[in-house]
Amino acid sequence: MEPLTWTGSLSGLNIIFTAVLVLLALGIVAQILISFVPQTDARAVAGDGTMASNQGASGFINMIVNYLFYALVGITLIYLVLGVVMGTGAGILGGMARQFLPVWTALIVTFVLSITFKRKLGLYGKLFDSTVGMIGFAIVMFWVFTGVFGGVFDLLVTHDSLSQVSGMKNKLPGTPLRGAEEGDYQWFLLGGDNLARDVFSRLIKGSWVVVKIAPFATLFAFMVGITLGLPAGYYGGRLDTILSFLANLILAFPVILLFYLLVTPEIVLTGIPNYMALFLFIFPLVFLAILLNSRFYTQPSFRTPLLIVVLGVGAWLYLSMVSSDGTIVETPTYSIPGIPAALDLFDIGSGILVVFVSVVFVNSPTVFRIVRGLALDIKTRDYVAAAQTRGEGPWYIMLWEILPNARGPLIVDFCLRIGYTTILLGTLGFFGLGLESESPDWGSTINAGRRLLSLYPHAAIAPALSLLSLVLGLNLLADGLREESLRD
Amino acid sequence: MGLFILRRLGVMILTALCLTFIVFWLTNLYPNLEKLAKTQGNFRMSDEAVSSYLGDRGYLQPMPVKFGQWLGVMPGWVTEKDDGKTFGRCFSEGTPEDERPTRCGILQGDWGFSTVFKDEVGSTLLTRLALTGKLMFWVLMLMVPSALIVGVLAGMREGSKLDRSLSTFSIATTATPEYVSGVIFIAVLASSKFGLSPILAEWGWIDSKTLFFGSATSAMDDANFWNFFLPVLTISLYGMGYIARMTRASMTEVMTAQYIRTARLKGVKFSDIVLKHALRNALIAPFTVIMLQIPWLLNGVVIVETLFNYKGFGWLLVQAASNNDIELLLAVSVVSVVVVLVTQLISDIGYVYLNPRIRIS
Repeated sequence: MEPLTWTGSLSGLNIIFTAVLVLLALGIVAQILISFVPQTDARAVAGDGTMASNQGASGFINMIVNYLFYALVGITLIYLVLGVVMGTGAGILGGMARQFLPVWTALIVTFVLSITFKRKLGLYGKLFDSTVGMIGFAIVMFWVFTGVFGGVFDLLVTHDSLSQVSGMKNKLPGTPLRGAEEGDYQWFLLGGDNLARDVFSRLIKGSWVVVKIAPFATLFAFMVGITLGLPAGYYGGRLDTILSFLANLILAFPVILLFYLLVTPEIVLTGIPNYMALFLFIFPLVFLAILLNSRFYTQPSFRTPLLIVVLGVGAWLYLSMVSSDGTIVETPTYSIPGIPAALDLFDIGSGILVVFVSVVFVNSPTVFRIVRGLALDIKTRDYVAAAQTRGEGPWYIMLWEILPNARGPLIVDFCLRIGYTTILLGTLGFFGLGLESESPDWGSTINAGRRLLSLYPHAAIAPALSLLSLVLGLNLLADGLREESLRD
Repeated sequence: MGLFILRRLGVMILTALCLTFIVFWLTNLYPNLEKLAKTQGNFRMSDEAVSSYLGDRGYLQPMPVKFGQWLGVMPGWVTEKDDGKTFGRCFSEGTPEDERPTRCGILQGDWGFSTVFKDEVGSTLLTRLALTGKLMFWVLMLMVPSALIVGVLAGMREGSKLDRSLSTFSIATTATPEYVSGVIFIAVLASSKFGLSPILAEWGWIDSKTLFFGSATSAMDDANFWNFFLPVLTISLYGMGYIARMTRASMTEVMTAQYIRTARLKGVKFSDIVLKHALRNALIAPFTVIMLQIPWLLNGVVIVETLFNYKGFGWLLVQAASNNDIELLLAVSVVSVVVVLVTQLISDIGYVYLNPRIRIS
């Protein structure tokens, strides 16, 4: 079988695509250059008193650039649509476009639904008023759907991400599978890595590692940061001094040194990550308990059952998270029993737990500082004084007066921080810390691919570009959200 | 001002002590010591042999005592073996009784002995630091001016096409961690089979096989543009976007200030407004950001030195940490913590000094 080229029978389009791309780049440069030249306003007053101004040279260039941009988007869509229709007939890109078909469907459904109901969806709906925000959201959701469909349902992958196929070592993208049988996918779309595994399938499996760890780790970091930052900012005084000192202590550590100290097998053996998990994972529970209690403590008949249910479920999840195989901490010399394995809802592999804990640990001091700063600012507002005059308790004021009013910057920072967490996960993988070496996550794959980088770069470039696009998407999303939340 | 600096110095020393103690504690946990004994002795040591090895070398003393000895505020351990041999932390076997110093720690300038490099930690650290210093110097030389230029150009006319292009560029650089940009640069510019180099070689524009070198090992002795630019660029790019965005924000704020409007209404040339009126005030905030960025550069240095095989401080950190070289790792962390704290101090003082609106009595 012939090796695939990048665009297959659509290669005739490439020349148009390149031409449009070059023209667009030239157009943008021209736009920038012409913005330095002052505009000569040519305004004409018509007989009926209306005024019209001609667009001038800059308007003309703007128009051309806009059309070129639409043309570029159009050609990209043609590649994708024809790729879905023709499959590998349209080369590697076509093959990938068809593999991603469930993702495209899910994306289109999400966008159609969201844009239809955008006026009823609050800040999320407003996101669809900003182009940058929409682009960012599309990229992020692309990877989320890829992670979920590929990682959980095994839909998008073409081959097993761990099995090695003889003769496919370091093969270029589009190489036909040697000894392929009926029913096998016939190509390695993005080539093989140095252990003869399919790069494309590993890429998709790797996206699931990021999608499942990064948002949750960020969420936990936010729980820790909010639960400690609000009282530090609101009360101030000695509590603030001590907590800020501790936060600065962690922040003064170079991240990589901290990772090297926390994520080595010897440290895992001492059970320190498990103790840290015990400590850090309790914060969401504490947060929820205080949140509900401060709101409903005037109605004990409602509050008590609510708290029992919420905390019961929370405690179960908490214990399931921290314990595996019936133990919470397992060291050679002693072990602390957890809940029995029969009641254990899910097991987090010890590698993932360590990575998760250290990422939360690194992120929470920064969140703490942000929340503390916001609380310091907001506590001087009139509505806080009004609540104090009404006799509301301090925790009610913190969680139901200050926190909702700090949500704008916090949501924006949440998006940025998921991106940063993704980078941290990649860093861990890059140094081979935490996750197993055959783990398909992007950092580990880059680490494995970098040894042969100058000869076979495809194995490292694919995950590198994926990571770049995800983080870029999150940054754009945060930018869009910031723009829209400032408009309120 | 003097009191402020003194207080900050006090907090700094306390922080440094706490941090080094944490590192000390983590590196001296028993599994780490066991691994050390087995790598130094032999891998099939029994548990008794391990504990006698560690006991002889003072590793099994209480943690605060060991920390005090390492700092040099407590007398070092001395072990007398049954066969009459005596050795201690501060002297080797066979040193005459009257030449044995009691204390030897970092306060006495003794950083210990590296088990990986079989050399004094102090001298190893100095050579590696000098190499990283060279790298950092060029990174700052490239990063700071270009970030400031990008930020000022973007911020001087908010919302213009130039602003939007440059802002997109800065967002893209902050979204590209070093291990991604480094990999892309090597593949595009320093690979003999892919990217630009084969094309340029075919056209006869370059004599060697690749345009840039994918490894910076040769730059340790003799750095030139072709073997040193890629690592420098890789580190600079990631930090640049952030500084540029801060500069842009500060510049747009200044450009909307009343005194700028007054200057414009007086008919001052736009270039004079930017260069003479706006620039100085706009550069106060970026100064703090640049100083606080230096600790982040440390991360970049570790990644880039690993990726480009440049044997500097970051490479040393990876070697020390992955081989559990306790004393070297401690020294490395002391240096990095001190770098972080000193830059924080400088940024605080500089901010007060540059910004006339802040006065600390």
